[in-house]
Amino acid sequence: MDDPVQFTFDGVANGFRRSLPIGLSVFAYGLVFGVLARQAGLSLLESVLMSGWVFAGASQFVAMDLWVSPLPVPTLILTTLVLNLRHVLMGAAVYPWFAPLRRRQIYPTLFFMTDENWALSMRQYAAGERDGGFLLGSGLMIYLAWLSAAMGGQMLGASIPDPARWGLDFAFTAVFAALLVGMWKGKQDVLPWAAAAATALLTSYWLPGKWYILLGGLAGSLVGAFIDGKRSRVGEPGLQAANPPNLDGKRERNEL
Amino acid sequence: MRIDPVTLLTILGMALVTYATRVGGFWMMSRITRQAGEGRASPRLEAWLSHIPGAVLISLVVPAVLSQGPEEIMALAATVLVAWRAKNLLLAMLAGVIVVAALRALNVF
Repeated sequence: MDDPVQFTFDGVANGFRRSLPIGLSVFAYGLVFGVLARQAGLSLLESVLMSGWVFAGASQFVAMDLWVSPLPVPTLILTTLVLNLRHVLMGAAVYPWFAPLRRRQIYPTLFFMTDENWALSMRQYAAGERDGGFLLGSGLMIYLAWLSAAMGGQMLGASIPDPARWGLDFAFTAVFAALLVGMWKGKQDVLPWAAAAATALLTSYWLPGKWYILLGGLAGSLVGAFIDGKRSRVGEPGLQAANPPNLDGKRERNEL
Repeated sequence: MRIDPVTLLTILGMALVTYATRVGGFWMMSRITRQAGEGRASPRLEAWLSHIPGAVLISLVVPAVLSQGPEEIMALAATVLVAWRAKNLLLAMLAGVIVVAALRALNVF
């Protein structure tokens, strides 16, 4: 628990292994992407390049919706940017963990940051994981699943059943919910999480795309930071007791 | 293997903006802390960053479940229960997937 921040092959292997369940559902959706890409007229090479270079599920699915001839190039690129803006918030959250690492470890690893492996890695970080290789390894598992499935879907064509028939559309939501349960620290989370839920819910009705994730995440984290700030100004004596002891140990470690 | 130059450039453009979003948050944080003359986030900044994962996950889950139906709400309850009791990600995921698939197949709602 008190390990200093490092970046090892063991960490990569551990992240890779721990992401296998998520990799399976990513694979199912990668197959669907391959089928859609073929229907949209992409060649095998083109859909593999898109999955391998862009590597962002939601924006790739939306791109297939917009994929008509002649290609609306600015729309496609702008839509991709907007859909993926939530990554900015996710990358910021990685900062306290990755700041001590080297650039050649940080920037390639961030290429492999998706909703799923970021969520899993942040859960591990909250539980004391300090090996940055975990984020890379979990990302590599998802990359492997996503890329091979895009190939498979493209080659198999329309013979793939709808993943929703097997409940697999719920797999990601279930993973996120399970990780949330592990992140629950106590009643100090109630207000930030409620603020995030309310903001995300309202903006998901009013704004298209994925703005609701970014705005909900911003609202919830700002409320959390505000409450923490008020607490430390008042110097509330109960704060130490309210935090699990491993969290305090972790914070000291970060300050070394 | 066929590849169309416009398609290639579009994919490249999509890839570049996506990578920019992936590194942008980290890059901004390192700029901010460097300007503040510190090698790491200030306690206040770190407090904010530490609240991001929970807030983002809530934002992923709540609209996804509430925009669906009672099947998904039941499946969410099953997932949370298993995650809480068994503390196992795979089991929790399976619980949610199985409950939602079963309720849809039975068409009870």
